[in-house]
Amino acid sequence: MSTPALKEWPLWEVFVRSKQGLEHKHCGSLHASDAQHALQMARDVYTRRQEGVSIWVVPSATISASEPNDKGEFFEPASDKVYRHPTFYVIPDEVGHM
Amino acid sequence: MNAPVDYLLHLADNALILGQRNAEWCGHGPILEEDIALSNNSLDLIGQARMLYQHAAEQIGNGATEDTLAYFRDVPDFRNYTLCELPHMPLMAATSKGDRDFAMTIVRNFLYSSLMVLVWDQLQNSKDTQLAAIAAKSLKEVRYHLRHSRDWLLRLGDGTDASHAKAQAALDQLLPYCQEFWTTSPQEAAALANGTGIDMATLQADWNQIVDEALQEATLKRPAAGGFVPTGKQGLHSEHLGFVLAEMQSLARQHPGATW
Repeated sequence: MSTPALKEWPLWEVFVRSKQGLEHKHCGSLHASDAQHALQMARDVYTRRQEGVSIWVVPSATISASEPNDKGEFFEPASDKVYRHPTFYVIPDEVGHM
Repeated sequence: MNAPVDYLLHLADNALILGQRNAEWCGHGPILEEDIALSNNSLDLIGQARMLYQHAAEQIGNGATEDTLAYFRDVPDFRNYTLCELPHMPLMAATSKGDRDFAMTIVRNFLYSSLMVLVWDQLQNSKDTQLAAIAAKSLKEVRYHLRHSRDWLLRLGDGTDASHAKAQAALDQLLPYCQEFWTTSPQEAAALANGTGIDMATLQADWNQIVDEALQEATLKRPAAGGFVPTGKQGLHSEHLGFVLAEMQSLARQHPGATW
């Protein structure tokens, strides 16, 4: 063979922006041979019901993630510190909904 | 000004028959994403066919609808290019079974989309304003079909030895069928005469350029297209169309007027 075939296509994470002004949101992942291929497949899989106006694809391997085992030291210390939420202010009526 | 009914049927039948063929991949795609992509392509084409049939049915009157045109006409009434009705496998006698060949699907979609980006672009200026509007909508869809099929053509052609051989074999088989694009059928002549159609001969150089550039990038060799010139758009089809219609029309014919 002139070019060895890829036995397994790498995984890509797909982010779709639903309309102008909103952020791109993670909506799933897919296997594709390269970025262009991943974009096209994301278009066909994730935007065929008018879900988006823009797509990002990111190689899953380039994402660094927190470890599930670190949950205790990472996230639990915040659970008893409700004062970090700005819920103790009185909002004047004129401001309306915030 | 309306385009001749047979001309609308020619455009509609191309879309419907190729849409039906591509729909055969539904549930059988090589990968899940491609399965969805081919179904999307198929639904775009069937959508184009519906608009064209509705436009034709208004002119025919007499109770004609998009459904009577799609489901209650027979082989000699269809005006599609023979290219659109061929099976997704190396050519063989009509009842033989073979494996569906993805390269055949891609090459056909590429050859047809390369033509239709030019056809729909020109038809935006048709004197038939409804046809012009359908052309504008279809142009966007077919641009994506071309992008999708061209991308795969490059990957197959410039891929492994096996994918290259399959793409080349599909091209060798299908390119001669494109000779039909450049012949003139009575409905095309009539549409050109009343300003609703286009002169296909003027598109040939642009089509050659689109095809040649892609083939060069894909490292595929353009075969000499000669010999038999198909006549599907004049109603003289290959043996394959009857089998497509049998599958596509059987439900509507067994249960006329059935709805969901």
